[in-house]
Amino acid sequence: MTPPQRRRRHPKEEAPDPPAPESPHVQEGAEGADEEGEGKSKNPERLYVLTGGGEGGDRAELDLVTLVVARADASPPVAQPEQSALLRLCQAPLSVAELSAYLNLPFSVVTVLLTEMLAAELVHARAPIVRSALPDRSLLEAVMHGLQKL
Amino acid sequence: MDFKSSDTITGPRAEDHLPHTAQAAVKIVIVGGFGVGKTTMVGSVSEIKPLTTEETMTQAGIGVDDNYGSESKTATTVAMDFGRISITDQLVLYLFGTPGQERFWFLWNGLFEGALGAVVLIDTRRLEVSFDVIGRLEERGVPFVVAINDFPDAPGYPIEDLRTALDLPEEIPIVKCDARRRASSRDTLMTLMRFLHSLAITSAPV
Ligand SMILES: Nc1nc2c(ncn2[C@@H]2O[C@H](COP(=O)(O)OP(=O)(O)O)[C@@H](O)[C@H]2O)c(=O)[nH]1
Ligand SMILES: [Mg+2]
Repeated sequence: MTPPQRRRRHPKEEAPDPPAPESPHVQEGAEGADEEGEGKSKNPERLYVLTGGGEGGDRAELDLVTLVVARADASPPVAQPEQSALLRLCQAPLSVAELSAYLNLPFSVVTVLLTEMLAAELVHARAPIVRSALPDRSLLEAVMHGLQKL
Repeated sequence: MDFKSSDTITGPRAEDHLPHTAQAAVKIVIVGGFGVGKTTMVGSVSEIKPLTTEETMTQAGIGVDDNYGSESKTATTVAMDFGRISITDQLVLYLFGTPGQERFWFLWNGLFEGALGAVVLIDTRRLEVSFDVIGRLEERGVPFVVAINDFPDAPGYPIEDLRTALDLPEEIPIVKCDARRRASSRDTLMTLMRFLHSLAITSAPV
């Protein structure tokens, strides 16, 4: 019994071509690139967009795991009931994902609310550590150590 | 959208809050098809009851060129479960269980790219569900390991046959796992972390 076989959408990527001098063969590469859209659409992913994403442009860069905490000197009342609820929730730190879950509001709605609250200096945001090209070994070791204790 | 007034909000309990010393968070994505055990794995290791976050996606009409097809847009709500593990007083790990068969998850800015790495959960009865997600992780350079969830009536392919079928290089770990068990889920996450650590060593400047 053999399992079904995965087919790569692109042939296995070899080491990148050395910066070749211009040659007439460039044509081949161009054809290959044209094949990548599986349907008619060249970039099928563009059929989906995050609602509320892109517009406005002034939303803070909030990640799902940005930690949010109310400022000690934050002075309610704030404009919207959602914002007072957020302020109450983050008296101690919580991630944007947790705030979204507890308030039963979509992630993008919560980020819009939090952006206003950051501007009004009601909350602090602590940015996440994202994967970088050169991962930080001591960070990875800390996570391994933490998992080992589970 | 369905905002709950404050008296109907369930949780967080006092112990569900992070300590004030919490400075930063990292995330790992657990990705796989429907019913493969993502929520089970998150729940096995999480210190909080798994929560759900959602997002609204706008889906343009299929096959309509988005330059002139903007009439047929429909909004879809997508949801994913997540859990949390406090690593130290300062550092928190979040685990997101993402239904990977839908491509829109890959448009969620930073969900995969910002993650330390991913665990691809696989049910060998439906191996092909994972093909697309593995391709997308490869294209985006997101490091991942593969975990085979052992369902009782699933075909027991040898790991090396699965490696061939998934067309994965030797260095990418493929492990067996029981997402219902904390120790097994933790070991799967440790496999990912060790793999990430080995990548960090090989890519470090001397
Ligand atoms: N035998 C077995 N069953 C599992 C395992 N992981 C999950 N399940 C069961 O599979 C079902 C679906 O799991 P769930 O976590 O909801 O899948 P999800 O859709 O990926 O979140 C549940 O009934 C689980 O108890 C596993 O490792 N082994
Ligand atoms: Mg689930």
